[in-house]
Amino acid sequence: MPTVFTLDDLRRILREGSGETDDLDGDILDLEFESLGYESLALLETTSRIEREFGVVLDDEAVAGAATPRALVELVNTQLVAAPQAG
Amino acid sequence: MSRAVVTGLGVAAPTGLGVERYWAATIAGHRGIRRLTRFDPSSYPAGLAGEIEGFDAAEHLPSRLLPQTDRMTRIALVSADWALADAGVRPEELAEYDGSVITASHSGGFEFGQNELRALWNRGGQYVSAYQSFAWFYAVNSGQISIRNGLRGPCSVVVSDTAGGLDALAQARREIRRGTRLVISGAVDASLCPWGWVAQLAGGRLSTADDPAGAYLPFDARARGHVPGEGGALLVIEDERHAVERSAPRIYGEIAGHASTMDPAPGVDRPPGLRRAIELALDDAGLAPPEIDVVFADAAGLPDLDRAEADAINQVFGAGGVPVTAPKTATGRLYSGAGPLDVAAALLALRDGVIPPTIGSSPAADYALDLVTRTRAVPLRAALVLARGVGGFNSAVVVRPFDPGTDRATRNRVTGTE
Repeated sequence: MPTVFTLDDLRRILREGSGETDDLDGDILDLEFESLGYESLALLETTSRIEREFGVVLDDEAVAGAATPRALVELVNTQLVAAPQAG
Repeated sequence: MSRAVVTGLGVAAPTGLGVERYWAATIAGHRGIRRLTRFDPSSYPAGLAGEIEGFDAAEHLPSRLLPQTDRMTRIALVSADWALADAGVRPEELAEYDGSVITASHSGGFEFGQNELRALWNRGGQYVSAYQSFAWFYAVNSGQISIRNGLRGPCSVVVSDTAGGLDALAQARREIRRGTRLVISGAVDASLCPWGWVAQLAGGRLSTADDPAGAYLPFDARARGHVPGEGGALLVIEDERHAVERSAPRIYGEIAGHASTMDPAPGVDRPPGLRRAIELALDDAGLAPPEIDVVFADAAGLPDLDRAEADAINQVFGAGGVPVTAPKTATGRLYSGAGPLDVAAALLALRDGVIPPTIGSSPAADYALDLVTRTRAVPLRAALVLARGVGGFNSAVVVRPFDPGTDRATRNRVTGTE
């Protein structure tokens, strides 16, 4: 199971789970998901896919607080370090 | 009271995508029924369906919408786009609450639900799509069309099986009378997947015939059930003043009358409710039976139900007193999609002065119907569309050409003269 979660992982999972938006390949690290066109349900789907692929459990409130790709990538990596290969 | 007029049609049927392709095929009597290709039906008693061919959702819809939509919703979204384009309406130009969406649904997003149930069963709950929360739901077509087009007026869904398609149009008419200026209304159903198939088989009304030409034969002595299909129609319905003020490119006609009734509970000694639905719809339209020039029948394709419908029609119009047709013999029954598609066909029939045929059936004499089995050219003043739903639902809609009336300003705008 992978030990690092990258921005490209996030891009791929967004694409697979919720479909493409125009800006996904651009400089999106600090743009809000909402402005990228991914609403809360898309993030729920994204979180669920990250959890099963990377074997982490993400706290709902922490995910809700991660408004940008940078914040979500950091959150997932923190969990990967804290609870490595739990699954 | 302001009249509700139809200014745009979006059609997706097994016989054609788009209004004019559907209508040309319908007039020509082309059949859209064949052996299922979407899945292998060989292990089921019934294997024929009206499938829509050549619909590629990715061609029409943004990628964001694809993972969250069932096939019926994709077809509905595209049909709504077509209806708006046909009406010359840019929804972003409407005030926020001036437009709404009212659809009907028979069974929701079955194929999407089937895939998620499979994921749940085989892999576990964490593999179920978050979008299952709404993608299966009856109201999802109304919701997705509303979101895509920014139509935030009163939106809803009607669930009364095949009758629901007409009931939705009636609800749209009510909202127009309450002040909504434009409603996208109608229905698209599509559940040609194994889960949808077994649900329909359980209803006991499917034809198990192998030959597409002999499978769905309403009002024929050989009637043995119906063939299901997928698709339907979405209509742009407007307040007549709104349509005239914005110089709508065309007004197909007016939703002039409607009524819904319920059949008595099984075993209760009262007559079925279809006759009363017809009479009330005619009253609502202010028309007498001789002013109806064609009836689009529900056409269940089962002897008891065909008998009940023929009796209701004959009691109102007299035996053989009005031409009756069932163009759904070419598409299969589209459940909630059937009524709106028949209303679209009725409006086109009024426009062109032609009754589309019932294909395949040889009318049994004892039904005493003037069943139109070959395309018939005849001037038409008004049409009656019937639909019945499992559980005792009856619905009837009257459509007629839009008459701008005596108000000169209105008439001039409609006819384009000054």
